[in-house]
Amino acid sequence: MATTADHFQAHPEDHSHHDHDHKPAFFARWFMSTNHKDIGTMYLIFAIFAGIVGGLFSGMMRVELAEPGIQYLDTFATWFGAVNPDFNSTLHTWNVLITAHGLIMVFFMVMPAIIGGFGNWFVPLMIGAPDMAFPRMNNVSFWLTFFGFISLLFSAFVPGGTGNGAGTGWTVYAPLSTSGSPGPAVDFGIFALHLAGAGSITGAINFITTILNMRAPGMTLHKMPLFVWSVLVTAFLLLLSLPVLAAAITMLLTDRNFGTTFFDASGGGDPVLYQHLFWFFGHPEVYIMILPGFGIISQIVSTFSKKPVFGYLGMAYAMVAIGVVGFIVWAHHMYATGLSVNTKMYFTAATMVIAVPTGVKIFSWIATMWGGSIEFKSPMVWAIGFIFLFTVGGVTGVVLANGGVDDVLHDTYYVVAHFHYVLSLGAVTALFAGFYYWFPKMSGRMHSEFLSHVHFWVFFVGVNMIFFPMHFLGLQGMPRRYPDYADAYTQWNHVATIGYMVMAASLVVWFINIIYAFTAGKRAADNYWGEGATTLEWTLSSPPPFHQFETLPVIGETAHH
Amino acid sequence: MNGDEGSMAGTKHHDYHILPPDIAPLATTVGAFVFTSGMVLFMHDMPGGSFVPWAGFALLIAAMFMWFSKIVKEAHAGDHTPVVQLHQRYGMILFIASEVMFFVGWFWAFFDFSLFPSELAETIGGQWPPKAIEAVMDPFALPLLNTLILLCSGTTVTWAHHSLIHGDRDGLKKGLWATILLGVLFSFIQAYEYMHAPFGFGGNTYSSAFYMATGFHGFHVIVGTIMLIVCLKRTYNGDFTPRQHFGFEAAAWYWHFVDVVWLFLFVAVYVWGGWGYPTH
Repeated sequence: MATTADHFQAHPEDHSHHDHDHKPAFFARWFMSTNHKDIGTMYLIFAIFAGIVGGLFSGMMRVELAEPGIQYLDTFATWFGAVNPDFNSTLHTWNVLITAHGLIMVFFMVMPAIIGGFGNWFVPLMIGAPDMAFPRMNNVSFWLTFFGFISLLFSAFVPGGTGNGAGTGWTVYAPLSTSGSPGPAVDFGIFALHLAGAGSITGAINFITTILNMRAPGMTLHKMPLFVWSVLVTAFLLLLSLPVLAAAITMLLTDRNFGTTFFDASGGGDPVLYQHLFWFFGHPEVYIMILPGFGIISQIVSTFSKKPVFGYLGMAYAMVAIGVVGFIVWAHHMYATGLSVNTKMYFTAATMVIAVPTGVKIFSWIATMWGGSIEFKSPMVWAIGFIFLFTVGGVTGVVLANGGVDDVLHDTYYVVAHFHYVLSLGAVTALFAGFYYWFPKMSGRMHSEFLSHVHFWVFFVGVNMIFFPMHFLGLQGMPRRYPDYADAYTQWNHVATIGYMVMAASLVVWFINIIYAFTAGKRAADNYWGEGATTLEWTLSSPPPFHQFETLPVIGETAHH
Repeated sequence: MNGDEGSMAGTKHHDYHILPPDIAPLATTVGAFVFTSGMVLFMHDMPGGSFVPWAGFALLIAAMFMWFSKIVKEAHAGDHTPVVQLHQRYGMILFIASEVMFFVGWFWAFFDFSLFPSELAETIGGQWPPKAIEAVMDPFALPLLNTLILLCSGTTVTWAHHSLIHGDRDGLKKGLWATILLGVLFSFIQAYEYMHAPFGFGGNTYSSAFYMATGFHGFHVIVGTIMLIVCLKRTYNGDFTPRQHFGFEAAAWYWHFVDVVWLFLFVAVYVWGGWGYPTH
């Protein structure tokens, strides 16, 4: 896809005179930043930290689920400040674990990494812009996300329902989140979402303005790299869906503390209304998490096939179509709430429609590789892994889209398997693909190709061991969100827990790879991936100068995407 | 714009605004975080609940004041080139779009409750307005007056805008004064209406949706009024030219936005939502 800068001259000054960058001193640079690359770096470091915290929560769950019965939960309860936890308090801790894991991974790991991190770093570079449109607002987006995370961490140590912490599930459904959780923990959680949501809205405004106004001379929308297209669509989804969540959780807040009855049936309120409002946000949210991944995969597949992406315009408008249709399918998350048959038929049909543009993307990636001169460098193996794993998650999504089938599978491990295939194995795999693709550009150091491949294969085996058996468990009827299960489910749960350990080991390889790169990694050239990498970030040094494109690049008439 | 080989690093050859480091975003966020955490303390009667939210709110306002003051200074310094002004236009339109979606959430709740009133809850009794509501406000009394006040303020802000464009500073001041006074009048009438409403806050879906939807609108009116007051102060300071006055335009756009939200509230909540019901 390759937007070529025909006339762009890489200035020797930009490359060799890094001491002319005039970087601010430490405090000003990292606490008062107005630089899109520094803010992107902070987002990435924050996301890695939050991902470790969220990953530890899932580790605690997998350890508990390794065997039937309750083994460790009462110990975990004491970690959140419970003294001699009773039965209810112990079980509440399970709800806290699933809630914290979900909220952290969605709002504080995937979104900050893929939009805040890679979006901040590479949208300006790929469109030939010196920075984002609103550099200070860029910084406020990061800090709002950061303090949202702090607020969520606060919640773990104050009373929620029958123990410490918010145990509502990441969906914060009423009435569990209202009359069911009287303590302050849920209020801290709601404000965490308010803060992070405000940060995402300001970020969305920034990305849309940057992409629409700051493209280099000659770069029309139809010459824009697909990653930039993906962030543009994502930003519109954020802008239009998050305020509805803000309204919904404000209703929770006033129901909890000020006597309104939005979701309180005794005052005529409707808990299902909360689910409608939540999923009107929540369904676009799942595309918010995956669309930038689509963009990253498009860049990588094209680079390492040494071909422009197959069907560039179709790829761009497939993302637009996914974004638009994504707003009118929300109630497929609510098939078990008593929707009328007609409503379920509509949402089944509308949801199925999304498989069409998604199929366009999958087949176009394959067609891009077809006949290409493929190099299996680290980002490419992750990208191919993504295509395979995301397709598995997409296919189970088509299964679950059927209202009738979902009556059986709703709230079983089949659903858990589905959304982890598209997120943990989809979005996170895309994150690692992007990481290996751009890490040398960001750090100036090459990672080890060998360790990257080891990381990929161990991760691939691990996550499939965790999540593939969950399809079986779900089809056999094992419900989500329980710390205990019937003995019949033991074997696959045990396999999943071993899979978790394999996956965790792969992350150790990843960290070793990062340490290797910073200590012994070769210095990265400007374009270390060679002729296949044709977007504008490859015309800059690695790492790029503190302020790049002080003379704007010009995109030639002949440039192909 | 093309390949200027002699360019020095650190010398920009474009019209974008590259900003120095700034503490305002972090200060704003700390203010917001102290405010939300303080609200949790307040709502649960915990120690500090009486003053921590205020401290956070004060920091938030102070940091935002610092931030917006800088933007005004930068405008005077000539940093707001045509493309930067275009950024600001896009930013404000997108912000208003997100605000529209926020109100969609409240209207969604209102229409859910009014079109499908609960049969089960005794306070509702399957009717709208619910049984618990003995009387609603007469939409053609104070709410209609408020509608006319806001519509009128929409014309006075346009008067101010036209005066500004044609270099009539006196007309600009008069138009802004009129708009602000109408906005304040609206807020006072709304407060009076709340105090004399025939139903209290909360307890049933009608009063929940009514007070939260109109209350958030009222909050936006106050924010818009503050924006207009800032514009008036800047007018007295000699700011704004017939060609460059985006701060004014942003305030005017926002004012029209709260005006339109009110029209929807008036038609849906006050007129349609209480049609044929006893009024007070």
